This record gives sequence, C-alpha cells and structure tokens, in this order.
Amino acid sequence: MNWDVIIKYLPRLFDGAILTLELVAFAVIAGLILALPMGIARASRHWYVRALPYGYIFFFRGTPLLVQLFLVYYGAAQFDAVRQGPLWPYLRDPYWCAVLTMTLHTAAYIAEILRGAIQAVPNGEVEAARALGMSRAQAMVHIILPRAARIGLPAYSNEVILMLKASALASTITLLELTGMARTIIARTYLPVEIFFAAGLFYLAIAFVLVKGFKLLERWLRVDATQGR
Amino acid sequence: MADDQMIAGEHMIFDLHGFGPALLAGTLMTIKLALSALCLGLVLGLLGALAKTSAHKPLQWLGGTYSTLVRGIPELLWVLLIYFGTVNMMRSLGEAIGVEGLELSAFAAGTIALGLCFGSYATEVFRGAILAIPRGHREAGQALGLSKGRTFWRIILPQMWRIALPGLGNLFMILMKDTALVSVIGLEELMRRSQIAVTSSKEPFTFFLVAAFIYLGLTVVAMTAMYFIERRASRGFVRSA
Repeated sequence: MNWDVIIKYLPRLFDGAILTLELVAFAVIAGLILALPMGIARASRHWYVRALPYGYIFFFRGTPLLVQLFLVYYGAAQFDAVRQGPLWPYLRDPYWCAVLTMTLHTAAYIAEILRGAIQAVPNGEVEAARALGMSRAQAMVHIILPRAARIGLPAYSNEVILMLKASALASTITLLELTGMARTIIARTYLPVEIFFAAGLFYLAIAFVLVKGFKLLERWLRVDATQGR
Repeated sequence: MADDQMIAGEHMIFDLHGFGPALLAGTLMTIKLALSALCLGLVLGLLGALAKTSAHKPLQWLGGTYSTLVRGIPELLWVLLIYFGTVNMMRSLGEAIGVEGLELSAFAAGTIALGLCFGSYATEVFRGAILAIPRGHREAGQALGLSKGRTFWRIILPQMWRIALPGLGNLFMILMKDTALVSVIGLEELMRRSQIAVTSSKEPFTFFLVAAFIYLGLTVVAMTAMYFIERRASRGFVRSA
C-alpha cells in the first residue's frame, strides 16, 4: 500500500465525494417529489389510474440505470428537434443528464415504496378520518400521507443508499464524481488498488453517516411509536 | 427463444443496420455472465450466512464484515477494482507458476465482482432463511445421530430454499441489470455491443432503446421463471395471506 499517494490525492477525492453527494441529494429529493403523485395513483382503486404509473415503473425498474443514462446523454442527440430545442444546453451537459436520469430512475422505486406504504396504512384509520367528516383529499393529506411517510421511511433510506452506489455510474458519462475522480487519478498514478480502496472508504463513510442520519430522523418522526399496533 | 422473437419483431420497428446478430450474441453473453455470477454468488452467500450464524466469534465477524463492506461500496467500483486492481497480483502469480502474462479476463473479473456483490446480499437472505427453520429440526437431526454437516445438508438446506427463493429472485433481477456495468471493462455483452453499434450507425437512441427492451424482456423471462420455481418449491404448503 502506497499511503503517501492516498494522502496526496485525498483532497481531490473529497471534491469527487461532494459531487457524488450533490447528485444523490438532487436525485432522491426530486425523485420523491415526482414519486408522490405516482405512488398515490398506483394505490388507486381504478385500473386506468394505476396503468400509466405502472408502465413508467415497469420500464425504469426493468432496465439498467446505465442504459437509461446512455439513452438520455447520447440518445437525445439523435433528434434534431431536441438539438434545436430550448432544453439542449441542459441535455448536452453530463451533469444535468445524470441528475435527470437518476431522478427518473429513483422516482420509479420510490413510487413503489410509497404505494406499499399507502396500502399499509390501517384501513380503520382512514375510515376514522372519513367518519370525522374529512374529504378524501383531506384524509390523504392529514392522515394517510403522514402515516405512510413513517411506514415507508426505512425503505426510503435503503433507496437513498442504493442511489449513493448507483451514482458511481455518472462516471461513465465523464462526470468527475467519486468514482470518476478515482479513475482520473489512476490514469495518472497507475495505482488502482490504493485509489479505489480510498474511494471505497469514502463511500462506506458516506453510507455510514446516511444510515445514522436516517436513524435520527426515524426517532424524530417517532416511527417506532407508530409500529406494533 | 423469447429474445429471438423480440429481436425479430424489432426488425420491423427499428432499422438495426445489420447489428441484430451482434446484439443477440451480446444478449447471450449477458445471460452467461449473469448465470455464472449467480453460481458464485449463491456459494458466497451460503458461506457468508453459515459464517454469520455460526457459534464462532471470528467467523461471525468475518461474515458480518464481508456483507457490510461489499454492500457499502458501489458495484461499479468492485468491477473496476477487481479488473484493474488484480493486474499486478495476477502477474506475480503467473511468474510463480511459470505462466507469462497471466491476467484476469473481463468475463472472469465481471463474474467475481458481480458474484461478490450478489453474495453479500444473499448472505442476509440465507441468514434469514436459516433462522426461520425451527430449532427443533436441527435438534431432531442431532438426536438421530447425524453430524452437523449432514444435519445442515439433509435437513436445513432443503427447507431453506423455499424461504430464501423470493429474496434470491429479487437479487437476481438486480444482478441481471448490473451485468451492464461489465461493459465498462470491455466485455462484449449487450451494452458493449450496443455501444459498438452506435459508434458506426450514429443512432444512439435507437440502439440503446433496443438494448433497454432486451433487458426488459430478460427481466420478464426471469420473473416468469421465478414464479414457476417458487410455485414448485412451495408445493405442499398452504399459502398464508
């Protein structure tokens, strides 16, 4: 092990870790917002409401993220309409392509988590809300969603960790996040074991902090108090 | 067979510029990679679960470290680390046994990396399955005079499969999508073949979309297979809920 090299390049890896965190934060927050209507639609009683989000979720969960990333980053350029369109400055930029693809990808998974959580809300609580005179929308906002958020939180924290690992794929479209940065450094130093080892430690550290953070959030939202009933 | 039909069907929708056979070869490579990583991963997962549930502290620690460490690091990083990180090691190993320029092929590196990742998750699935077998079954085996190994092989393992299958099925779907990562180290599987086709045809959207649909097809096939395997494994059991 060549520790000097690891220490020398730690600041560069740290920069990469910041970009990784940025991508993940963007994706899981935007993904949650996008997933909210989809998850609610997926839990609907009407098949025609369920069908559209189902197709979306089926595609994004059934294909590799790498394919989706290449479809957006390389694929969009195939169409002149896109290239002359107003969004081209963004679709040309690997950063926004990675953010967009990761958001669309994780939204499909989060929507499924939400659907499961909404369906796991005890029926009696929904009926109680309706009996108190709440409209369907009110029951959704005040009773079902706050309850589903607590049921789905552990699964959501898993998804965030999975996205942290998936963000490594952004290096394939030239982004210098943690993995991309490690590959660049290796191209210069020819020390793959040391640098990948250091990058791996960064991922482990980030995952550790995220897991602890979600534990705190679970305690703050009093998730345990709503369980076992 | 289903994939043959799919690609034939897509000829009518997409112009593949004669890359159809190449994509088919890539699909076969993807399937081969997924299955060999599955074999390695099942063995690793079983060993990991045995280590984690064993009575020996060092073994418990080993199993726990394996599953935590591997699950905390991106699959892509493992693929790169195992492919590029073992070059020096393999070379010195080659010198030791007298083989010039020994190195890991992209296929072997991909199999090891994906098997390692599959195994780390499978460890948890198998551990749950082992813990779900009632203690009495193990004790009954011992009372009959079976050795520990025999008790596991004859009594625990056959019952474990049924409990572990749904979890393993999910992991296999993830594994199949992760095979795309091995294209990064140049293995000519579906994704790499599509990239090659894109370079000459200049139609990235078409080819990556075709690749996406082939992956979807593979997922559907695997899901169907899992359904039948699970149904066979749970014959004689009443479905609860």
